[in-house]
Amino acid sequence: MPTRRVLEFRLAHAVARDAVHDPLDVDALVADLDRRGISAGPDRGKAPASGSTSATDESSNGRSLGSAIVVTSQAASRAEYLRRPDLGRLPADLSAVAPSSPADVGFVLADGLSARALQTHGPALLAALIQALPTTMTLAPPVIATQARVGLGDHIGEALGVQTVLVLIGERPGLSVADSLGIYLTHRPRPGRADSDRNCVSNIHAPGGLPYEVAARVVSGLIAGARQLGRSGVDLKDTSREVELATPDTALS
Amino acid sequence: MTRYGQTVRGVTYQFDGLVDLMAKATPARSGDELAGCAATSDAERVAAQLTLADVPLQQFLDEPLVPYETDEVTRLIFDSHDRAAFQPVASLTVGAFRDWLLDLVPRADSGAVLTALAPGLTPEMVAAVSKLMRNQDLIAVARATRVTSAFRSTIGLPGRLATRLQPNHPTDDRRGIAAATLDGLLLGCGDAVIGVNPAGDSPQTCADLLHLIDEIRSTYEIPTQSCVLTHVSTTIGLIEAGVPVDLVFQSVAGTQAANQGFGVTLSMLREGYEAGLSLGRGTVGQNVMYMETGQGSALSADAHRGVGGRPVDQQTLEARAYAVCREFKPLLVNTVVGFIGPEYLYDGKQIVRAGLEDHFCGKLLGLPMGVDVCYTNHAEADQDDMDNLLTLLGVAGCSFVIAVPGADDVMLGYQSTSFHDALFVRQALGLRPAPEFEAWLEGLGMMDGGGRVLPVEPSASALRSLTGVASR
Repeated sequence: MPTRRVLEFRLAHAVARDAVHDPLDVDALVADLDRRGISAGPDRGKAPASGSTSATDESSNGRSLGSAIVVTSQAASRAEYLRRPDLGRLPADLSAVAPSSPADVGFVLADGLSARALQTHGPALLAALIQALPTTMTLAPPVIATQARVGLGDHIGEALGVQTVLVLIGERPGLSVADSLGIYLTHRPRPGRADSDRNCVSNIHAPGGLPYEVAARVVSGLIAGARQLGRSGVDLKDTSREVELATPDTALS
Repeated sequence: MTRYGQTVRGVTYQFDGLVDLMAKATPARSGDELAGCAATSDAERVAAQLTLADVPLQQFLDEPLVPYETDEVTRLIFDSHDRAAFQPVASLTVGAFRDWLLDLVPRADSGAVLTALAPGLTPEMVAAVSKLMRNQDLIAVARATRVTSAFRSTIGLPGRLATRLQPNHPTDDRRGIAAATLDGLLLGCGDAVIGVNPAGDSPQTCADLLHLIDEIRSTYEIPTQSCVLTHVSTTIGLIEAGVPVDLVFQSVAGTQAANQGFGVTLSMLREGYEAGLSLGRGTVGQNVMYMETGQGSALSADAHRGVGGRPVDQQTLEARAYAVCREFKPLLVNTVVGFIGPEYLYDGKQIVRAGLEDHFCGKLLGLPMGVDVCYTNHAEADQDDMDNLLTLLGVAGCSFVIAVPGADDVMLGYQSTSFHDALFVRQALGLRPAPEFEAWLEGLGMMDGGGRVLPVEPSASALRSLTGVASR
């Protein structure tokens, strides 16, 4: 292989590996959520779950979810997280997660295998989700989770007392994309839910992946379907995307 | 259940039955730690190996690791065991069996002896002896085995290394798949199979891809076989619908419960095997199955428990998957060694060890073993580790490896070996493609008599119209 190609490959692998090991900058993520008016900073005090205290930022439809809560899994380090997926599904301490008032939808912002994906795309995707959901739905404060696997959302969702929990989580980095997010939807979350109880929308990133707004519309439709069906998982089908993907692809011709 | 014990330098270690002993004797790996069955110290591991060395091979016929009553893989292993073939080693312990194998290697008739022995060995015996072996032992014995299989090309002849051309595409785009196929053929790859993992799993997608590859293969009279790696039940439906199916694919594992997780039973596999055979599409042989395995698949399906509910180590369960494969006389068995992730094989050292173990165990059981030398980006491994394992497997006489453009599978999101890597190992070790495929490459002026791939001017290539096939 020519030197240039070998080094390009090595660079792509290095970026993907760094994405696995880079820790989540929780303070920066909270600041980003505050700036977008999604969460309330400490100086703004507690905002009502679906109030209208932050009218300045159109990106979250003017809806603040209240102060972000930070939790971590029982995996104490990245090395342990990679070896022990079971610990990544268990919360270290959920005392900060208290159901102030029962809400329809809760959001878990999880680092998963790419904290960079959450850092880069998480706030904008959450803003798009808030915008896409009906204003009649009540929304719980966002929970930021580190060293987290998807199953951690079952514990958080139950503690929040939400009907549906959405886990926005960094996906396993590939060589071409190291910062892709997935959303896992679980209706009536509780510990012990199986993967077949969830619905997943994956490959969310810009540019080249599923756009935030499209992902948000798909998830909004899935939530409505789950509420009607009374469950999520294999019986719940996404019927919105055929239309979205039907646009002719002329990029390759 | 037999209890085993060993006192090493004043410390006594107890092992609760063969399941516990086998797990504790296994070279360290993250999957066994995750399952909670690994040795808790290096000394305990060696104490287990010392104990295992003294266990008679016969014990594996008396003490099943996974219950016979509840597991059809165990029933297959016991019911198909050939006592006459077992006789030459029937009186040996596991440790003495290792010595016997290594003594056999230099003999001129070692290949024939090992071929005759294979039906007398169970996966558990083979896994047990592998746990006592160094990497060089795994290589030396595997190299002495002779396992060949055939369809339109012959796999496993001495001095040959075949490749699966893996032209996967994230959206199953016909032009993308055809371009990757052309790339691989020009670099001398594809003699084991041209095999696509479909991104979409609908029968129509699979049928479209099979028609595409079959058209390429028949247009250029390529002595190889095609495969779309979809569920066996889908392939049975495609055969009934008259789609040109060469090989019937299925992933399999070492317990009945893990196979249920894949949605298969032995009877379903038999149905697929017979459907494939009924087509009679092979020219130099009728091995119609392509099967894939990998350490950790049973644990990831929570289907890894044996006698007494104890977790069985992942390497023993992997060897049991080979009993499933053996039943259906496959053309190709591929252990996808580093694919599942670091919770099963943590780093390059563990991936290299597992690759050599899987290849050894499969070959000793009489299977045409290939290895997907691969890793994911969250494992502690890189392309250097793949170079090491690829070279070791080349020396060990591996039947085939995977070849994917640029070593990066853009659909499955992991790194394997590239067309160029296959050329490297063939060149470095003097290995050649399958004979039928080699003759085809030479006939088109794509390879010289010494096995070197020749530069091709794209506009003058005999394959230049290949991408036109895809846009039709």
